[in-house]
Amino acid sequence: MASPHPNGPRPARLTAGSIGLYAFLVVAALFFLLPLYTMVVTSLKTMDEIRLGQIFALPATLDFSAWATAWSGACMGTVCVGIRAGFWNSVAITVPSVALSVFIGAINGYALSLWRPRGSSLLFGLLMAGGLIPYQIFLYPMVRAMANINLYNSVPGIVLVHVIFGLPLVTLLFRNYFVSVPEELCKAARVDGAGFWRIFFEIMLPMAVPMVVVVSMLQFTGIWNDFLLGLVFAGRDNLPMTVQLNNIVNTTMGERTYNVNMAATILTALVPLAIYFLSGRWFVRGIAAGAVKG
Amino acid sequence: MHPKRKRNLAATVALLPTWFAAIVVYIGTMVWSIRLSFTDSTLFPSSNYVGFAQYAKLFSSSKWIASLQNVLVFGVLYVAGCLALGFLLAAALDRKVRFESAFRTIFLYPYAMSFVVTGLIWQWMLNPTFGIQASIRSLGWESFVFDWVVNRDMAIYALVLAGVWQGAGLVMVIALAGMRGIEGEQWKAAQIDGIPVWRIYVSIILPQLGPALAAAGMLLAMGVIKTYDIVVAMTNGGPGSSTEVPAKFIMDNLFGRQNLGLATAGATVLVLGVIAAVAPFRYAMHMRNRPRGAA
Amino acid sequence: MQSAVSVKDLKIAYGDHTVIEKLSIDIAPREFLVLLGPSGCGKSTLLNAIAGLQDITSGEVWISGKNVTWEEPKDRGIGMVFQSYALYPRMTVRKNLSFGLRVAGLPKAEIEARIGRTAALLQLDKLLDRRPAELSGGQRQRVAIGRALVRQVDVFLFDEPLSNLDAKLRNELRVEIKKLHQSLGNTMIYVTHDQVEALTLADRIAIMKDGVIQQLASPSEIYHRPASLFVAGFIGAPAMNFIEGSIELKDDGPAFVSKGLNVDLAGYAFQAPPRGGPATLGFRPEHIALDGAAKGLPTLIGRVSVVEPMGADAVVWFDWADRSLSLRVMGDVALQPNEDIAPGLDIAKASLFGADGLRL
Repeated sequence: MASPHPNGPRPARLTAGSIGLYAFLVVAALFFLLPLYTMVVTSLKTMDEIRLGQIFALPATLDFSAWATAWSGACMGTVCVGIRAGFWNSVAITVPSVALSVFIGAINGYALSLWRPRGSSLLFGLLMAGGLIPYQIFLYPMVRAMANINLYNSVPGIVLVHVIFGLPLVTLLFRNYFVSVPEELCKAARVDGAGFWRIFFEIMLPMAVPMVVVVSMLQFTGIWNDFLLGLVFAGRDNLPMTVQLNNIVNTTMGERTYNVNMAATILTALVPLAIYFLSGRWFVRGIAAGAVKG
Repeated sequence: MHPKRKRNLAATVALLPTWFAAIVVYIGTMVWSIRLSFTDSTLFPSSNYVGFAQYAKLFSSSKWIASLQNVLVFGVLYVAGCLALGFLLAAALDRKVRFESAFRTIFLYPYAMSFVVTGLIWQWMLNPTFGIQASIRSLGWESFVFDWVVNRDMAIYALVLAGVWQGAGLVMVIALAGMRGIEGEQWKAAQIDGIPVWRIYVSIILPQLGPALAAAGMLLAMGVIKTYDIVVAMTNGGPGSSTEVPAKFIMDNLFGRQNLGLATAGATVLVLGVIAAVAPFRYAMHMRNRPRGAA
Repeated sequence: MQSAVSVKDLKIAYGDHTVIEKLSIDIAPREFLVLLGPSGCGKSTLLNAIAGLQDITSGEVWISGKNVTWEEPKDRGIGMVFQSYALYPRMTVRKNLSFGLRVAGLPKAEIEARIGRTAALLQLDKLLDRRPAELSGGQRQRVAIGRALVRQVDVFLFDEPLSNLDAKLRNELRVEIKKLHQSLGNTMIYVTHDQVEALTLADRIAIMKDGVIQQLASPSEIYHRPASLFVAGFIGAPAMNFIEGSIELKDDGPAFVSKGLNVDLAGYAFQAPPRGGPATLGFRPEHIALDGAAKGLPTLIGRVSVVEPMGADAVVWFDWADRSLSLRVMGDVALQPNEDIAPGLDIAKASLFGADGLRL
């Protein structure tokens, strides 16, 4: 047991404190994991099995038919084509929205922090205020305006809306990044004869690649997960996955097929989850940077 | 041309699209909406001004009042829940635990998913016929009740549960980043002084995380005012009006009931709500950032 | 002779806040001028204005006989080295050096030749394909200097180039910069807050405070004959000793009188015929000698409080009247605290300042 003459490293002890600590962490982990687990097992069960009311039980056999149905046969109201169309719509909406908003936001952040032309702080203030205001106040006039320029209910239309409403966050993140870049770098480049665009493309953008990745991931998840704007601006033929998912689950006629619902839910969550699990720390960095705005 | 203006020309031009978005889209559409709220517009905008009639109608609508009450209850519990759980998780992870990054990944993943997904998952978990309630009852506890999504009095708490499940990870990340940023020597000093660990977190760490936690709370509070997707997916406002929220009330009147004037009045009230929520925070930041002595 | 750089009536203000008011200075070709002053004195602002990186409110900047007030930095014929090095992080050393030349559209062969020469001069040959992150602090600063050199211009501007380096590297690079100046013979304007750099490098030092040049003179002149109380107190470590008192005109000539001290000023070189009135006597620690009494110098009788040995020499702090004065002695002098001493003051090397703080 305990050495009468203390010598060498102190023996590790299992204290009540550390047991409590791990107990808390494990219980918390179960709370966070349970819904994911439930979702996965439900999607692999047959409806008969689900009706047993054993939501946490593992499926008797692995049955992937619900996934197939969710992807290509689930019904929204009377149309039964699955969530596949929504997936491709979301891709078509998200990719250009992310590319454009990140590009414009990077230029904004660079111009607002390192060049500060007249009115910069006003513009930045307007953007930040705009980012806080609930979309509902913009919606109706936006719909009318988009209709006037023939972009309402179209992919370019919803992309434009995402870019506009994405600017505050993206600009903020890039501004905060470029503010931390030494101003001397810009001065050195000016002594070397480079101008606004050359400094941006040849020095600042290559430097900001990690930031571009972080912001892109953040924007990608944000836009992929959007429901409201897609619902209002995309139009029936271009509805994003989230909207179609909600339609599949909540506007079913007849019996609810919970296994198909859960399979569709997983499919919808899959892209952001994949980004999250694959990128790990980058994603964390992004939301931490986005959260600590001042 | 004067050199300064010439030099900044490119920067000014580069910012033009954003100026357009800020002035035309943000300010322009907001002014337009606010103007509509003073008219008797229904399906189409009208220019028949009716003063504050839409606002009077709004605040005599039991559904709107219920929405406000709901969002208040939801907001307070959701923000408090996320902050408390998030801080606890961060403090636990800060104790140099094994598998820290695995735990962190688990606590944060819900934040990567959409509100619609979150709402649907919890709708299913709480399904009284096949969900947790049925499972527990089949274990022999016949009287077990966990029917929050279909119970008028409890449905709003179901939303809180789902919301905290999704948002606590965000607070954890912010709080943990803050804790890691605190000088390690403070820990050493406190250990020399023999201060218990929990006391260090409460009296030394928590006060220093104040600004970070306030920012996180602010972010969550902004989300509360915009709460829409999760309600639509999880309860669609029901049962009855027990989970109606202002953002959904506005959307329903904007696109479902074709009641433009009322919807824009509601949206205007929401904007005022945001200003009321943000102003004290910004003021505090402003006072804090002020150089000392410049009273 | 034509000035290399000339600043005329320069004013820089942000709204109501004036940083530099009506500043003029001429810098001769091949001169090494150091702008020295405490932080916030406007020295970096002045340098940036010369570089064209700082918008000016009024005045003119001339470089090599050309009015460049409205020119872009690249067209001014300058090279500049920054405190944070400001190397382009995603470019190799070679790309960093060549960036400005590529922007200017120089032929490839010429660019290569210039980089070769510069790299050889600064011993950067082996580093050309590395990124800045793979270099040490000293190497980075050499690259930054190289970037200024490849431009082959007449005027180099240094903005606290050594401040981010540790003490040892700072000393090494200081010598390198001095050698560089001796071999290239370019005009150099060098901003620093480090007086050792200023004293060792400069042909002339301009000491600035609150946007105004307090004194513009050779290092020796600045050290030995400071023009004002500010300059006297700013230069020298430990700082110059000051004693407040007054000048009295007696029958046998002017004298400085303070608290029982009575110093005959016959040996002091006044700027103008002396007048009576309040004054401050300043003298450097090395200008009072322990064996002064023996030489018949006026003595300050005091008691030793602290001895700071510094190797070659030592600084002795002693209390005289109600103040603590310092005295520099050889390193091997054996003095103990509480010992009474009576060092003598060499008035010929002292400085006297009037009530307005200016040298008398």
